[in-house]
Amino acid sequence: MSDDGLPDALAQIRADFHELEIRDRLQLLLEFANELPELPARYTEHPDLLERVEECQSPVFIFVEVDDDEIVHLFATAPKEAPTTRGFASILVQGLAGLTVQQVLEIPDDFPQDLGLTEAVSPLRVRGMTAMLGRAKRQIREKTAA
Amino acid sequence: MTVATDPDARFAEYAHPERLVSTDWLAANLGTPGLVVVESDEDVLLYETGHIEGAVKIDWHTDLNDPVERDYVDGEGFARLLGSKGITRDTTVVIYGDKNNWWAAYALWVFTLFGHEDVRLLDGGRAKWEAEGRPYTTDKESAPTVDYPVVERDDAPIRAYKDDVLAHLGNPLIDVRSPEEYTGERTTAPAYPEEGALRAGHIPSAQNVPWAKAVAEDFGFKSLAELNVIYRDGAGLKDGDSVIAYCRIGERSSHTWFALTHLLGFEGVRNYDGSWTEWGSAVRVPIVKGREPGEVGAR
Repeated sequence: MSDDGLPDALAQIRADFHELEIRDRLQLLLEFANELPELPARYTEHPDLLERVEECQSPVFIFVEVDDDEIVHLFATAPKEAPTTRGFASILVQGLAGLTVQQVLEIPDDFPQDLGLTEAVSPLRVRGMTAMLGRAKRQIREKTAA
Repeated sequence: MTVATDPDARFAEYAHPERLVSTDWLAANLGTPGLVVVESDEDVLLYETGHIEGAVKIDWHTDLNDPVERDYVDGEGFARLLGSKGITRDTTVVIYGDKNNWWAAYALWVFTLFGHEDVRLLDGGRAKWEAEGRPYTTDKESAPTVDYPVVERDDAPIRAYKDDVLAHLGNPLIDVRSPEEYTGERTTAPAYPEEGALRAGHIPSAQNVPWAKAVAEDFGFKSLAELNVIYRDGAGLKDGDSVIAYCRIGERSSHTWFALTHLLGFEGVRNYDGSWTEWGSAVRVPIVKGREPGEVGAR
C-alpha cells in the first residue's frame, strides 16, 4: 500500500503515468485500452446484467462481482472506437484485480484526477473514469449490503 | 487554393462544393504538396489506434481550447499549433474525424475564426473511410515545423455570444440538440456527461433540428434536396435569413453551421458556442420547455 493508502497496483499505475511526458501518457493509456480483457461468456450472453456508465461520452458498461472471499472482480466493455474509455476501464480492471471489498471502497473517489491524465486528455474526459469508479463502488455496496 | 478542388458531381449542387472532398479524392491526393490532412476526434486516443497516412492530429480539448478561459486559443497559440503541424497560411487543409465529422466540423469552424482560407471536410469522415475498407496507419505523427503567421481571431462573423443571441431573438434559431435536451427532459445529450447547465429547455422560438439529420446513411452529407426539406421546409429557414445555431457547447452546432453555410449557402450564419451550458445557467434569460418552440417575449 502506498503512503496515501492507495492499493499497490493503482499506486504503480499512477507512478507509471507520472514518469512519462504528457504525450507518452497517451501511449500508455492506449496500451491499457488494448489490454482490456474480453467479457466472460456469462456477460456477453447477458448484456442486460451490465450497467451503462451514463457519464462517459462513449458507451461503456461495467459489472462488479464479489466472490465468497469478499474479493472484487470488475468487468467492463467499451467499443474499439472509444479507446480512451477502454483505457480508463482497463486501468480500473487491472488496478482493482484481487482487492477486497474494503480496499476498493477505500480508494479515493478522486483517484482518476491524480493519474496525470487531466492535461493529456482534458478534465472533462477524466470525469468519465471517476464516474466508472463511483458506479463500481455503488454496485459493491449494493451487493454487500446486509 | 493550393490544391485543386474535388470535381465530384455529387458536390456540385452545394453552394460551396470546394468545401468537401470525397474519400476517393483524398485517397488519390494523399501526399500532394500543399495538402495537409488533419484528424479531429471526440476520442483523444482514436488517432493513435490508426489514422489516414500522413494525417496530423488536432484535439479540440487540448489543442483548440484555451486551457484557462472558456475560449479558443489566441492568434499566437493558433500559429504555434498550425506551424507545428506543417500547416502554412496557404496550405489546403482537409479535416476528418469520428462521429460523422462532429468534431472535424468544429475544428473547421475554429480554423474559419482565424480566416484560414482553404479548409475542407472529408465527406463521411472516419466512418465512410472505414466502411470502404480503406487503410489506416499507426505511424507516429510526423510533420515539418513551418511558419504560420499570427492572425488575430475574427469572431464576429460566425461566432455569437449570449448578448448577440438576446439581440437576435425574433430571427431564426436552430437548436441542434437531441429532442430530450430541447424539451427540457435533460440538460445533456443522452449518454453524455453532465456539463453543468442549471436549467433545461430551449431558447424561445428555436426550431429543433438535431444535427445528425444532415447526415446520410453512407455517413456523408445528405443531398441538397434532402437538406432543403429539413432546413427550409421543416425549420422554416428562408433566403436572406440571419441564423444562429446552438447546441450544448457549440460543437454539434458547428456541424450544422457547416451545412447551412457551405452546403445550403446561407450567409452570416453564426454558431453560439456558449450554447446551453451558458444559456441554461445564465440569470434572467428566457427559456421555453416542451416540444413547441414558443414565442419570444412569452414564457
